[in-house]
Amino acid sequence: MVFESLADKLQQTFKKLRGRGKLSEDDVADALKEVRMALLEADVNFKVVKDLIAKIKERAVGQEVLESLTPAQHVIKIVNEELTALMGGTQSRIAIASRPPTVIMLVGLQGAGKTTTAGKLAHLLKRQGKRPLMVAADIYRPAAIKQLEVLGENLEIPVFTMGQENPVTIAKKAVDQALMMARDIVIIDTAGRLHINEELMNELKSIKQTVKPHEILLVVDSMTGQDAVNVAESFNNDLGIDGIILTKLDGDARGGAALSIKAVTGQPIKFAGMGEKLDALEPFHPDRMASRILGMGDVLSLIEKA
Amino acid sequence: MGFFDKLKAGLEKTRKSFTEKIEQLVVGYASIDDEFLEDLEAVLLSADVGVATTVKLMAEIRKGIKEKLINTPEDLKPFLRDKISGMLIDQDQVALVPHEPPIVVLVVGVNGVGKTTTIGKLANYYSENKKKVLVAAADTFRAAAIDQLEIWGQRTGTEVIKHAEGSDPAAVAFDAVQAAKARKADIVIIDTAGRLHTKSNLMEELKKINRVIGKEIPDAPHETLLVLDATTGQNAINQAKIFGDVVKLSGVVLTKLDGTAKGGVVIAIKNELGLPVKWVGVGEGVNDLRPFDAGEFADALFTDK
Ligand SMILES: Nc1nc2c(ncn2[C@@H]2O[C@H](COP(=O)(O)OP(=O)(O)OP(=O)(O)O)[C@@H](O)[C@H]2O)c(=O)[nH]1
Ligand SMILES: Nc1nc2c(ncn2[C@@H]2O[C@H](COP(=O)(O)OP(=O)(O)OP(=O)(O)O)[C@@H](O)[C@H]2O)c(=O)[nH]1
Ligand SMILES: [Mg+2]
Ligand SMILES: [Mg+2]
Repeated sequence: MVFESLADKLQQTFKKLRGRGKLSEDDVADALKEVRMALLEADVNFKVVKDLIAKIKERAVGQEVLESLTPAQHVIKIVNEELTALMGGTQSRIAIASRPPTVIMLVGLQGAGKTTTAGKLAHLLKRQGKRPLMVAADIYRPAAIKQLEVLGENLEIPVFTMGQENPVTIAKKAVDQALMMARDIVIIDTAGRLHINEELMNELKSIKQTVKPHEILLVVDSMTGQDAVNVAESFNNDLGIDGIILTKLDGDARGGAALSIKAVTGQPIKFAGMGEKLDALEPFHPDRMASRILGMGDVLSLIEKA
Repeated sequence: MGFFDKLKAGLEKTRKSFTEKIEQLVVGYASIDDEFLEDLEAVLLSADVGVATTVKLMAEIRKGIKEKLINTPEDLKPFLRDKISGMLIDQDQVALVPHEPPIVVLVVGVNGVGKTTTIGKLANYYSENKKKVLVAAADTFRAAAIDQLEIWGQRTGTEVIKHAEGSDPAAVAFDAVQAAKARKADIVIIDTAGRLHTKSNLMEELKKINRVIGKEIPDAPHETLLVLDATTGQNAINQAKIFGDVVKLSGVVLTKLDGTAKGGVVIAIKNELGLPVKWVGVGEGVNDLRPFDAGEFADALFTDK
């Protein structure tokens, strides 16, 4: 794979460079080609890559190379810093409303992991002493309600259901119910939908207007490719999302989509789904994600020490 | 303009359709130059075609230019379309291997790609073609996976072979194949739990399912379909490689092509692994499954939704 050898390739590219002076435009041109390939292979959106490369170039050209770093390491350092900066700091928090219940709505494409994440989030908040209520507002997918009910049973967390009733009504009644039952968190599981499906996007807008969620979280599969930007942008434009949860990071996807989504929405990635089990939800670490996208954790830790 | 604003403006531009872009390119460039080729490359990359395959296609284009097969920007789209569909073409995509019934079809893939839904659609397709179909709920792991398949069974009038949640999936597969023989079914389609290809224990489980089926009917499964989500990027190549190492894949089902994702990664998969796309999923309804058409797919790469 292109990636495994990015560090090697950069070493190769810089071989001809003997002295330790300033990096010229020619010096970095070949290196940036390799960086570009690596980012694209990691599914970072090509437009995001283009802008990043421009920024990296600006920083690298004319720079004095540090004694302690080879030119290759120097470029990697800049790349890593830019990626980390773009991804922002750690913000794995759910904003708790001053007046309960805090309403959280999970949205996203089909199969992204919304229902599972609803369970995981409820579990996490319950462990923090909260009293969540999960809401089955997916009336379309076969057995979606049952799926959430099974999760609720396993977690001993109540699930609000109203069968195939209108999702807007379900959400509204669920919040009323939460008030009555003194549940301080309401997690609404919505049906998977395409960002281009106007009717279903309108349904989400209506739910939003009706229950005014404190957090609308976009659930995104970390294996998503170039289309991640279109999806994230649509959901953000239509709904205004407050954060992102990246799922299935227990696989070997580079997860360049993380960078793309962050870039287009500006919203923080709050949690990472690390497995199918209900305790497999972790805080998201932008720095780790950067080295994952670059596929070179070891190299980076060496450079950080330099 | 800040970074995000600039990016947004840029994305606005790139969201335009391939056709539009090609047309813009055609109008914008009197002749083919490097800048033109760079823009073209961007279009391929944005369809998830991937770096390696894009490089290969760009080399073909350069060769086409040199050999005077491409003389103007107008020549480009048909040239590229032919190249791509040529790479993807396979005969008799959908036809099942002729075999004494029951034909066993195993459906595999990572989490959430659309396996269970595809099985519902396949059951419908074969039933409509007057075949007796059985489906097996060998995803005993995911919450309500069995209920989900049962609803599809009701929708399509198909019998579902199932055990309790949490039971051994290989035992379900075994029972299903036996039932298919006993009931003289034409086809038995086996649903499996979503599993990431990186999880060796789950891949071992898949091997076991495969082995058990083979014991009951030599040569079975006759078809093993890998379901890929069109929204997936380059990781799909790893999925195809590793699932292919564990079970003998016969083809790909590309789902969710009703979105805006292009699923261009299947070009690389066909190119590198020789694995053909057999079906495409274009929605959540029972009829939203179509035989794959390479030409149509290549065209769709160039058009917007
Ligand atoms: N390996 C892994 N699997 C996950 C993760 N999150 C969810 N899944 C799996 O992904 C599949 C889809 O998850 P769901 O929670 O049903 O997804 P959804 O977004 O609710 O799907 P729809 O309601 O159909 O749109 C299931 O097999 C889950 O077990 C994760 O972090 N890691
Ligand atoms: N838009 C669209 N959605 C689809 C398509 N195929 C499946 N889906 C949806 O994708 C989601 C996941 O589908 P499933 O069939 O449950 O996927 P799976 O691979 O069986 O999932 P696991 O068993 O959890 O691994 C559901 O919401 C389906 O309705 C398709 O072609 N287009
Ligand atoms: Mg769901
Ligand atoms: Mg399934």
